[in-house]
Amino acid sequence: MDVVIRDKIKQVKKGDQAAYEDVVLFFQNKIYQHCFRMLGNAHEAEDIAQEAFIRAYVNIHSYDENRKFSTWLYRIATNLSIDRMRKRKPDFHLDAEIAGTDGLDMYSQLATDEKLPEEEVQSMELQSYIQHEINELPAIYRTIIMLRYLEEFSLQEISEILDIPLGTVKTRIHRGREALRKKLRHV
Amino acid sequence: MDCKKDVIPLMHHFLDGDISREDETKLRKHLEQCSDCQKHFHELKRTISWIKNAEPVMAPVDFTQQVMQKLPTEKKHVKYMRWFKMHPVITAAAIFFILMLSGAFSAWQQDSKLTVSKQDDLIIQGDTVIVPEGVTVDGDLVVKNGNLKIEGTVDGNVTLINGKLIQDQLNGEGLMASVGEVNGEFKKVDQVFEWIWFNLQNLFRGVFSFE
Ligand SMILES: [Zn+2]
Repeated sequence: MDVVIRDKIKQVKKGDQAAYEDVVLFFQNKIYQHCFRMLGNAHEAEDIAQEAFIRAYVNIHSYDENRKFSTWLYRIATNLSIDRMRKRKPDFHLDAEIAGTDGLDMYSQLATDEKLPEEEVQSMELQSYIQHEINELPAIYRTIIMLRYLEEFSLQEISEILDIPLGTVKTRIHRGREALRKKLRHV
Repeated sequence: MDCKKDVIPLMHHFLDGDISREDETKLRKHLEQCSDCQKHFHELKRTISWIKNAEPVMAPVDFTQQVMQKLPTEKKHVKYMRWFKMHPVITAAAIFFILMLSGAFSAWQQDSKLTVSKQDDLIIQGDTVIVPEGVTVDGDLVVKNGNLKIEGTVDGNVTLINGKLIQDQLNGEGLMASVGEVNGEFKKVDQVFEWIWFNLQNLFRGVFSFE
C-alpha cells in the first residue's frame, strides 16, 4: 500500500487533485480516529481531521518524499488538535506533567479517578467498558497508547508525530499502560 | 531488587523492546520467584491485548467527499489533461466530431453556389440541372444548391443536396416512375445535420474502403 500512496502523492504534487481522493480515502479513518482520541468528541474530530487533510494538500510541496507520509500527516493532525485543545484550555501542553504524577509513585497516581458503579460495569459489554476506560485516560496518554497499539507506530515515529523527545514518549507510554492496567485489573 | 522501583520499569522496557540482554535476564529471574511481579506483568500484557482489540473509530461516511469539496481548485489544464488521458476514445471522437462539425458547417455556408459533380452533356438552366433525354450519366451524380430534372439515365447514385427533384408529371407520389432512369440509389439531403451525416458517411466510406 505504501507504494501506491507514494505514487498518488507524486501525482498530487504534479497538480492532480483527483489522486488526492485516494489518499484521503486510505487515511480517513486513521486520521479521524487519531483526532477523536485526542479531542474526545466526534464533532471536533471531524472538523480537525478535515482541516488536517486540507492543510496537507495545500502544503504537499513541503512534504519530503524520503520520509513516511503517514507520520507527516499525523503530525499535522496532532498540531491542529493541540491548537483546538488550547482554545478550550489555554495552558494545555502535550509535554506537560500532570500535577502529582512525578516521583516514585508516578504509576499509581493516574488510576485514581472515579470508578463506574459495579452493576453498570456488568451490564456493559467488555469491549465498550475497555473503550470507556481508555477514553477516561488523559489525552496525552490516550493518544500515545493509541498511536502505539492501534496504529502500530514505533516509539521514534511517535516522538516525531507528537514532536516530543523519545524519552518523554517512553515515560508516557509506561504511565499510560500502568494506568490502564490498574483500571482493568479487576475485569 | 525492589519490585516497584526496579522491576516494574524493566517490564516496561521489555514491552517496548528496549531492554539489554542483561536486564532481560534479571527480569526473568525475578519473575520466576516473585508472584506479585508475575501477576503485574501478566496484567500489563493483558491490558495491551485489550487495547489492541479496541473498537476502531470510523470517519463519517461522506468524509472524503467533504474534504475534496473543500480543497482549493486545481489548475484547469491538469484537470483537462487527466480527463483526456482517462477517456482516449471519447477524446478522439470529440475532436473528430468538432473538426467535422466546423468543417461541414463552413462548407455548408460557403457552398451556396450551384455545383454539379459532372458537367458533360448536362444542361444547366438557372438553378436547375437537367439530364436530357437520351443522355446517360456514367457514375454518381451530386447536385448541390440546385434542382434536378432527370429525363435521361443516370448509371449510378444520385444525391440531391438542398434542392428539389423536378418532375414533369405533377402526379406527386410516383417519384421514381416519373423521372428518367436512375440505376442506383437516389438520396435527397435538405437539412444541415443530414448534410453533416452525408459528409460523415462519405468520410467513413473513404476510411474503410481502399479505393
Ligand atoms: Zn517482585
